[in-house]
Amino acid sequence: MKYLDEFNDPALAGRLFDEIAAAATRSWAIMEVCGGQTHSIIRNGIDQLLCDRVELIHGPGCPVCVTPLEMVDRALAIAARPDVVFCSFGDMLRVPGSHSDLSSVKAAGGDVRVVYSPLDALALAAENPAKEVVFFGVGFETTAPANAMAVFQARERGLHNFSMLVSHVLVPPAIEAIMSSPMSRVQGFLAAGHVCSVMGTWQYEPLAVRHQVPIVVTGFEPLDVLDGIRRCVLQLEAGRAQVENAYPRAVRAEGNQVAQQMLARVFEVCDRQWRGIGMIAASGWRLRAEFAEFDAEQRFDVGSIAADEPARCRAGEVLQGLIKPDECECFGVECTPRTPIGAPMVSGEGACAAYSLYGRLRPEEAVGDD
Amino acid sequence: MTDGVGGVQLEGWSCPLPLRGQDRIVLGHGGGGVLSDELTRHLFLPAFGEAARHATPTDSHVLHLGGGTRLAFSTDSYVVRPLFFPGGNIGELAVNGTVNDLAMSGAQPLALSTAFLLEEGLELAVLGRIAEAMGAAALAAGVQLVTGDTKVVERGHGDGVFINTAGVGLVPEGVDIRPERAQPGDVVVVSGPIGMHGIAVLSEREGLQFGTELRSDTAALNGLVEVMLATGADIHALRDPTRGGLAATLCEIAETAHVGIEFDDRSVPVPEAVRAACGFLGLDALHVANEGKLVAIVPSHAADDVLAAMLAHDLGKGATVIGRVTESHAGTVVARTALGASRVVGRPLGEQLPRIC
Repeated sequence: MKYLDEFNDPALAGRLFDEIAAAATRSWAIMEVCGGQTHSIIRNGIDQLLCDRVELIHGPGCPVCVTPLEMVDRALAIAARPDVVFCSFGDMLRVPGSHSDLSSVKAAGGDVRVVYSPLDALALAAENPAKEVVFFGVGFETTAPANAMAVFQARERGLHNFSMLVSHVLVPPAIEAIMSSPMSRVQGFLAAGHVCSVMGTWQYEPLAVRHQVPIVVTGFEPLDVLDGIRRCVLQLEAGRAQVENAYPRAVRAEGNQVAQQMLARVFEVCDRQWRGIGMIAASGWRLRAEFAEFDAEQRFDVGSIAADEPARCRAGEVLQGLIKPDECECFGVECTPRTPIGAPMVSGEGACAAYSLYGRLRPEEAVGDD
Repeated sequence: MTDGVGGVQLEGWSCPLPLRGQDRIVLGHGGGGVLSDELTRHLFLPAFGEAARHATPTDSHVLHLGGGTRLAFSTDSYVVRPLFFPGGNIGELAVNGTVNDLAMSGAQPLALSTAFLLEEGLELAVLGRIAEAMGAAALAAGVQLVTGDTKVVERGHGDGVFINTAGVGLVPEGVDIRPERAQPGDVVVVSGPIGMHGIAVLSEREGLQFGTELRSDTAALNGLVEVMLATGADIHALRDPTRGGLAATLCEIAETAHVGIEFDDRSVPVPEAVRAACGFLGLDALHVANEGKLVAIVPSHAADDVLAAMLAHDLGKGATVIGRVTESHAGTVVARTALGASRVVGRPLGEQLPRIC
């Protein structure tokens, strides 16, 4: 398949593995920011084949994982209202709130629907004028432009029964937070290719300079990931700390300016709570005041929701690269995709779920070569 | 935890409270994955108690009637939206699905019952088209539709048409096909490209286009099974990978027979449009439903004959060997990735949920 098969070629991948091994003269810890990259790394077994001097740390770039508990609880409260049609991307349905999840709210009678685009929710609002249609706007910069467009169109079309529960998060402040932590072991980043296809690469220049850390914009197919790792290792070995674009077929330095204009028109930067991480200043987007009437948080009074996240599991350590998911005592025992204790076990993009779904065999069970 | 960029105390990162299962049925309980399995093992079988001590919870059960006669018995309910989709409709599914459940025990299907749950307001013309399709499918599969029932539920309490079919068939002498019989050294054969039914229905329901039109592969597989058996091979196990896809089917065989299964990612035939749709929606083709494909577990010495017979049949033209049964990693399915690494293949949890990005 065009643009996919070319980036899955085993022979070329083998060469990249060799180049990485030859380039790495000492140990390096590189974080792939995006959950989609984590998924690809584990599914293809890239981490098994990588030379042991290069360690991959799985970053916090899974939108399902970092949507704060309070926001999930708010979504559940809104979705349970009889006047509401609550629309969400599929993988938010199983994210545990304090006491329930969206699929259970649906089972209990809530009108919860899986949609593939916020514009589908807009169409539902047009078809159901007597209902309040709410879209759960979660995700990074990747999903935000379509959400901004949906709100913008709702206003243009006068669809006053449409609103959005916005919980957008931004990648650069997360990188800043990670690099500012004294615990961090991260020496280089693979930046999320699809985020950069929207936002461009310019946002990362100051981060690379300030923290003297190479940031390589990286795609998702095996060769993309390997080329990102190779370039990152080459920079680290040479003592360079630059922003490099290893995903030029999708990413331009300036990004998608039409999308950025729409984002700037509808959203403004705000502080945002990250599930399992805490508050990161200026790390999210919310609707601008002129779009306040489409803000589900303001439209629906669901009371004050405060949720505590008990320290049940070791997701924080996983996200810092201090432990791998399968080193957590809960992993695979009480914490499984069926019974997630931590958010990274919920989405297929979460590091723990990726380990569980595409987990590796223990060495004694390794597959033979015959 | 403190505010501000750079002020985050990573060492204090915590993780949220668990959600320990549901106290109601959720859609995932019908997805053919882990949740469905839990429902059967932890609710139905214990509740049925002694009455179900001989039950075969999946696909068909073989009853020994004396005199060497063995009767395969199976039932399945069909719930699909939209009712009509590229390549078929709910009526064809209802006939082919139960025929296939019987055929997977090696049985020659004889007769089906048909039970309809109709929603008030359904157009008779729609029901007529579905019924005609059932008649044609039964004729093609060589089974009789011999008894049935109709109930109507109030508008809003159904989705147009739900159909249940139950079927019986006779297992030929000498044939013993069960997942338990999969054994190390056996070869794993799949009868053709996977993922077509699931993606065809999804695309139609959601109005998604993926380049070329995909059609459901719904078909009765008893004819294919017949030619496979005619080779004289002692086929150990057959399964049609419907809900839960190829992954769930291989996991079920590995768990039931306490063997490992190993396959090569690249050897699994996945049509380009299925790959595109899965990539776009964040689905795994190994988890997508099929309605006209089978997986055969065959002794290695018989594999060439069986494969040749399959390739000569219309429904087996895309048949290919994808892997083998192993003694190691019993109960676990392992895929070799294109890059040469290995990964464990799990069952899907419940229904497939498209990812955000």
